[in-house]
Amino acid sequence: MTATARKVPIEAASRPAQPGKVVPLGRAQANRIDFGRAAANLARNVIPPLVVLLVLLAVWQVSCSGVGAPLPPPSQIWTDSYDLIAYPFFDYGSQDIGLAWRVLTSLQRVAIGFGLAAVVGVALGALVGQSVWAMRGLDPIFQILRTVPPLAWLPLSLAAFQDSNPSAIFVIFITSIWPVIINTAVGVRNIPEDYRNVARVLRLNQLEFFLRIMLPAAAPYIFTGLRIGIGLSWLAIVAAEMLTGGVGIGFFIWDAWNSSRLPDIIVALAYIGLTGFVLDKLVAFLGRVIARTSA
Amino acid sequence: MSAYLKIDHIDKSFARGGAATHVLADVTLTIDKGEFVSIIGHSGCGKSTLLNLVAGLTRVSAGAILLEGREVNEPGPERAVVFQNHSLLPWLSVYENVNLAVSKVFAGKKSRAERHDWVMHNLDLVQMAHAKDKRPAEISGGMKQRVGIARALAMEPKILLLDEPFGALDALTRAHLQDAVMDIHARLGNTMIMITHDVDEAVLLSDGIVMMTNGPAAHIGEVLEVPIPRPRDRIALASDRSYLKCREAVLKFLYERHRFVEAAE
Repeated sequence: MTATARKVPIEAASRPAQPGKVVPLGRAQANRIDFGRAAANLARNVIPPLVVLLVLLAVWQVSCSGVGAPLPPPSQIWTDSYDLIAYPFFDYGSQDIGLAWRVLTSLQRVAIGFGLAAVVGVALGALVGQSVWAMRGLDPIFQILRTVPPLAWLPLSLAAFQDSNPSAIFVIFITSIWPVIINTAVGVRNIPEDYRNVARVLRLNQLEFFLRIMLPAAAPYIFTGLRIGIGLSWLAIVAAEMLTGGVGIGFFIWDAWNSSRLPDIIVALAYIGLTGFVLDKLVAFLGRVIARTSA
Repeated sequence: MSAYLKIDHIDKSFARGGAATHVLADVTLTIDKGEFVSIIGHSGCGKSTLLNLVAGLTRVSAGAILLEGREVNEPGPERAVVFQNHSLLPWLSVYENVNLAVSKVFAGKKSRAERHDWVMHNLDLVQMAHAKDKRPAEISGGMKQRVGIARALAMEPKILLLDEPFGALDALTRAHLQDAVMDIHARLGNTMIMITHDVDEAVLLSDGIVMMTNGPAAHIGEVLEVPIPRPRDRIALASDRSYLKCREAVLKFLYERHRFVEAAE
């Protein structure tokens, strides 16, 4: 086969026919495009739920405005519970404090209970995922215990700890640990054989294997478990506090019910929902950050 | 002189459920220090099993493997493995992957600065120093395998085990890496065992080619010495008489005397 190459002097070919002109893209212009897109994005995500919320509030207002309505309408909640809505951080003594303080007290319990559940859950999950015998022995027990409703643990826990605060923390712990254990175990079981072989050739010891291979390899599964767990623990703390008393958002609701302050209860519900939402997003965000650095 | 690596009448069978599969039967092989040996055979002939046995990742059923007179019965960094699919840890950068091996193997033997230099030295050997901060997902298959080789070399192994290291690569990348391995072998004089199913690759790289019969109960059918002087050049070899003779011998073994039968079970 023959082919005649089109011969072009290299220098001539690589030099542009005309010196290119650099057109600077205005900084402001680039910024405006970004800003506009971000605003559009925000609008897409924020406007529909706002509209739905307004419609729901309007329906509620109309249907509960009559005399003898069982629930207060939004306008009455606004006037009756204005202090709670507008001043989340007031503090007038032991039981007369803003809702933000109560939520923070509850969150503190969740932090301790869920923190313990995360540590113990990952450790137990690693054990169950790693050892066939641990799985055979423990998995059926876990599967049964995880179906026990959070509050069913409370009497036992009160009997054991003789105090309401550690009992509430224990209820959170025992509620949120199961998804952490189960998801971690699945993650550990799914570690590719190749990574294990690398660890064996390098003679990593148990601790090094756990830290260097197992945790990062199972991280996506672990975070799925943590995310389910934090949701459950927020569910459990409100219920547990209603029964144990003391300071906390759950007890506040119970207290408001006993003194027939329905508007306060509704405000507290909004606080609980928003806090749960933020907690969930926080763990999901952490998971994404870890996944980005680990994948 | 006693052999560097001695594979002495080993048998390997796997028991799964009630049935046992006899994979390797009475395999005996000795390899000298600095030798490059390829193991070739059809798929399912137990060549990967043989490599795993030398690596210590699986245990022999009978017989023994001796490296410098000491029995091999567990994996260790003196028998570093380059895995078929690179097996780099995806959450670590190229540098960290090699450093994981270096900091484990040379803990207490090298200072932090020395370990850093050693990591970079090995990345340089495979021409990957430029990508030290990249993650495995950001580099090509050939580059990953280079890093896999750097990680194995960085353990300063007595013997380097390569499990079909270039199997998943395209022909051009494969040729580049073969040259890189030849170069490293020439410079460092490592003892290497490579699993392959590529006849040209085996002849080009090896001092000896171990040809396995088909399984079950595979054994060594023949060992071919490759008397081609080093350094070898793939273009010059293409018409070299002894290269062609070696190639023919392997092809004859694989496709005439021990043809692959799909339904061997």
